[in-house]
Amino acid sequence: MTDIATYNFAYLDEQTKRMIRRAILKGIAIPGYQVPFASREMPMPYGWGTGGVQVTASIIGPDDVLKVIDQGADDTTNAVSIRAFFKKVANVAVTTDTASATIIQTRHRIPEHPLTAGQVLVYQVPIPEPLRFLEPRETETRKMHALEEYGLMHVKLYEDIAKHGRIATTYAYPVKVEGRYVMDPSPTPKFDNPKMHRSPALQLFGAGREKRIYAVPPFTAVVSLDFEDHPFEVQTFDQPCALCAAENVYLDEVILDDHGGHMFVCSDTDHCEKRRADGHRGHLAPETHLASETHPASETMEPAQ
Amino acid sequence: MTDEPLLRVSALSKFYGSRVGCDNVSFDLWPGEVLAVVGESGSGKTTLLNCLSTRLMPSSGTASYRMRDGQFRELYRMSEAERRFLMRTDWGFVHQNPADGLRMTVSAGANVGERLMAVGDRHYGKIRATAVDWLSRVEIDEDRIDDEPRAFSGGMRQRLQIARNLVTGPRLVFMDEPTGGLDVSVQARLLDLLRGLVTDLGLAAIVVTHDLAVARLLSQRMMVMKDGRVVESGLTDRVLDDPRAPYTQLLVSSILQV
Repeated sequence: MTDIATYNFAYLDEQTKRMIRRAILKGIAIPGYQVPFASREMPMPYGWGTGGVQVTASIIGPDDVLKVIDQGADDTTNAVSIRAFFKKVANVAVTTDTASATIIQTRHRIPEHPLTAGQVLVYQVPIPEPLRFLEPRETETRKMHALEEYGLMHVKLYEDIAKHGRIATTYAYPVKVEGRYVMDPSPTPKFDNPKMHRSPALQLFGAGREKRIYAVPPFTAVVSLDFEDHPFEVQTFDQPCALCAAENVYLDEVILDDHGGHMFVCSDTDHCEKRRADGHRGHLAPETHLASETHPASETMEPAQ
Repeated sequence: MTDEPLLRVSALSKFYGSRVGCDNVSFDLWPGEVLAVVGESGSGKTTLLNCLSTRLMPSSGTASYRMRDGQFRELYRMSEAERRFLMRTDWGFVHQNPADGLRMTVSAGANVGERLMAVGDRHYGKIRATAVDWLSRVEIDEDRIDDEPRAFSGGMRQRLQIARNLVTGPRLVFMDEPTGGLDVSVQARLLDLLRGLVTDLGLAAIVVTHDLAVARLLSQRMMVMKDGRVVESGLTDRVLDDPRAPYTQLLVSSILQV
């Protein structure tokens, strides 16, 4: 179907967008606070980013440039279909280039390239409530947020240390926003938590099934919870990216064969390709010079527009 | 000991529609004193306890508590945040069923440490050391610290619940049938432990029980309730040895002799 006139701009009707924008504004005004909103049915199942898509649809304009990543990659099913969705229903420019995007919708990663003022990062959130698995009653967790009773959050970290000798939570690592609300940064690896702290970009979080929106305005303090004698630490990798030799980036393990062969490559495909285009070579990088031919999953890449 | 009470209760009533929960209850509780509230089931003991611990709002009446700064505060006029803070610092609540007062899915150590973390303790080593100390005080082996209470026996769960409540050094502990559902030998050890802790720490406690033996062992003073009203109150030994109200006489004479 090519006739975009059958859709309202960006799929959602204007009333719905207004309602979501109100929720977003409230979320920005109260950093880290989960604002309920009337989540709509989207043409995709819950769990595939319905919250993020609604937030993106409410803030996107014709001049925006959209980038969508899924676990850091621009070329996985979820990312490709959401990008195609907005290309169709909003006719916006799409890109894989982090620096030139104005809106980046993400599932579980923050790009390696530093974000700048004016960019908006939209997270797809499955479970917005950081206290959910500790206290199942929503009435109670809301009260705990209201009264700032966050001792329970540390009980979880205590349990980690008691069981594993260290804080073993590696993703969805709880953070405290601007010294007030404890927030689930969506299941991003804790490697990305420091990037949220005083980020110049606006960060919006949409949870479609749970019907919650929350936000971290630019230059807001985002501090990961920890103990004095077990301070917060990010993951470290003992080898660089096998394709672009990047260090201090988040790596994915890629299985190569049935005999235990594997390699660690950048989870951020855009970052990896840029580095290889600049001539960086990892120990498993093929000798070709076209970045788009070397990445294991880059056949479906769309060119930047 | 000071000459001012810790808790002043006056004309406290709670009605459930037209039914009486408790009616016109007044008493003072002094620091370090253990008060037993006895009576048959349905006599309003638990309603009274829930009102006093602010888990339930009374229909009328007042209760004021002497805070650590020596000022009396009217409990039912405090904000919810203040009441909840009081609940997890200066007060304890021991439930009849330990599953109501414990987090069954986190380890014993975390159960004891939760209150410490709730008041801002952020040093794992210290929290754990305190948890070990408290587990030994309630006679739970140190090597059970990382086990979940689900793996504990009923008596151990109840002792863990007591440790969890006492770790922040509360001044007032509410207990709702603390020995209910435990067999007699476990009950005896738990009572012994409670008596020791209450004396050592100088705790004030309000113990709701239908078991007169528990009241006799733990408390200095007791109130007998019937149909929501206090029918008799006084020193425990006096009430049990020389009951005056007809209902108390019936209650005392109903104790099974073996």
